[in-house]
Amino acid sequence: MKPTPIQTALGAAAAIGISVLFSASAWAGKTVDTIKQRDQMVCGVNTGLAGFGAADSQGKWTGLDVDICRAVAAAVLGSGDKVRYVPLSAPQRFTALQSGEIDILSRNTTFTLTRDASLGLHQTAVTFYDGQGFMVSVKSGIKSAKQLKGATVCVQSGTTTEKNLTDFSKANNLAIKPVVFEKLEAANAAYFAGRCKAYTTDASGLASIRSKEAKDPKEHAILPELISKEPLGPLVRRGDDEWFAMVKWVIYGLIEAEEYGISSANIEKLKAESTDPVVMRLLGKSDDTGKLLGLDRDWLARAISTSGNYGEIFDRNVGEKTPLALKRGPNAQWTKGGLQYAPPIR
Amino acid sequence: MDSRFCGFHCLRMKTTFWHLRQTRRWMYQIALMAGLLAFLAWLLSNTLANMKARGIQSGFDFLWANAGFDIGESMIRFDASEPYWRAFGVGLLNTLRVSLVGIALCTVMGTLIGVGRVSANALARGLGYAYTELFRNVPVLLQLLIWYVLLVEFMPDSQSPLHWNDWFFFSKNGFSFPIPVWDAQASSVVWDVPIWDGGEITQGVSLTPEFLAITLGLSFYTSAFVAEVVRAGIVSVPRGQLEAARSIGLSNGQTTRQVLLPQAMRVIIPPLTNQYLNLTKNSSLAVAIGYPDLVSISNTALNQTGRAVECIALIMLVYLGLSLGTSALMNAFNQRMAIRER
Repeated sequence: MKPTPIQTALGAAAAIGISVLFSASAWAGKTVDTIKQRDQMVCGVNTGLAGFGAADSQGKWTGLDVDICRAVAAAVLGSGDKVRYVPLSAPQRFTALQSGEIDILSRNTTFTLTRDASLGLHQTAVTFYDGQGFMVSVKSGIKSAKQLKGATVCVQSGTTTEKNLTDFSKANNLAIKPVVFEKLEAANAAYFAGRCKAYTTDASGLASIRSKEAKDPKEHAILPELISKEPLGPLVRRGDDEWFAMVKWVIYGLIEAEEYGISSANIEKLKAESTDPVVMRLLGKSDDTGKLLGLDRDWLARAISTSGNYGEIFDRNVGEKTPLALKRGPNAQWTKGGLQYAPPIR
Repeated sequence: MDSRFCGFHCLRMKTTFWHLRQTRRWMYQIALMAGLLAFLAWLLSNTLANMKARGIQSGFDFLWANAGFDIGESMIRFDASEPYWRAFGVGLLNTLRVSLVGIALCTVMGTLIGVGRVSANALARGLGYAYTELFRNVPVLLQLLIWYVLLVEFMPDSQSPLHWNDWFFFSKNGFSFPIPVWDAQASSVVWDVPIWDGGEITQGVSLTPEFLAITLGLSFYTSAFVAEVVRAGIVSVPRGQLEAARSIGLSNGQTTRQVLLPQAMRVIIPPLTNQYLNLTKNSSLAVAIGYPDLVSISNTALNQTGRAVECIALIMLVYLGLSLGTSALMNAFNQRMAIRER
């Protein structure tokens, strides 16, 4: 039925109304088409968490979460530079993804059942296995999180952290008093000003904050207890399975590339010389895995050349030679006693 | 009816119900209202349909689920195992606490400064002027952050608080002071004095730096506007009135109470209401400095449950209710103060 002028007018008015509630741009199924059309991927990242997502003085974004975005963009658009970064606070992030403001949320976000089942979002693949910890000043003499009885603890709002803190406080009868800030920066400032006895967030975050924000990082200690499991990774909107698969398999590809020794340094050489069937398959020399995903043959080769394999990404951003100085720990390959295990690319 | 005997008015009597101007007027109003409601309903159902299509759960049922998070300061007992609606209640009470204390403080401060600005004393006038210009021209969020930094950065640790007479304690943990409480056993009023055992401070009343920063910040900011309102009210009373009052032998006090204030109040109350509303709404900035007001708690709830539309709607509803309530009270007060025509 052809719409009457009244219906058209009503429709237009409604479209304006809806776009107030939800920007109606790019949520309908074909995320990839939209990305290709604008020749740019929009990636939601942290407002500033060194090692994961932070802009330097030139406005260049770096970090583990950022490198994942770059790898995906390289696979889909052919270049890791075709990404626009949208810094998001914790409470903003899911709405930004739901509304189509961003294509992918790569912002140290914990996977949980509630988030998976009720937000209209899909959790792709774990890029970092983390756990929540506490940081205290060395001066306070606190050696264990169990000593935090009645303590004030600074925490950022809108995270799983708040709930974990409450569970831990209850289980150990500690009556911890949370002081909740909307912005990471405000929470950092309050902790370093001495408002709170302890600061809590994911252990990787603590290391990042200590290295960047503390006047003297040695004055602050991260307590040994980890009080939760925090598997972090990117999310995409539900209802677009092709895009979901692309993001997921780029991450698996980076992990498998490390397992089979393909790095950004040796990829050209391997491409030309390798006869290893797995390597040939990963680099698109034998099977065309890209076709199945709706990409071209070289999707993974480009992703690896752009960001490096998972191990390179880890070492560059958060590894032992960076200010964060994190060990691989659970983020080592499964062959080396870690949890990073990619399903086979074939 | 015989039309021969009537003139023009008979024609109008014959007009049907639909042609009456009165009826038509009502019809337009009703049609407009219905159209508006239908549009809103359509908008709502469309939003819900869209959310459903994308697998986003909606509804207010989450209010009865366990909140699962603790709240730093609360006027009622709150525990993480209690439902979300109670968490929202805690947030609302915290917002009300800031608003009421802020309104009281800014009224007193604003009145003093406003009177100072029309005082005969040049120093009082100058100070009042400087105060007003300083506080109303710096963005309020910035002022809140400054207060918070002052209270947290420059105060001593909670282990070694500034104290006066062992009754008042200042530290990074806030300000503790004694309050009188009713002792049922002794049937008399006794002082509940803060106790400092070298570690944390217990007993007495403790105000957190977050509460102090938001309350003081909003009070100082709003009092600058209140001062201008008060000054405008005083200046609006014609000079002749005061001269007349003197000439019939009224004392200064009598002139102020009987002549100046009743007339000034008529000018002061309506814009003062505005300032009260502003203060209440500005209290939502508390989230920036970690005070658990309604917005802060809604933020947490929003993130735990993902019910963004519902949480935002709740916030809007509560602030609308608070504003309408304040307006109603102030309008009633205004009516009492209004001049009675005789």
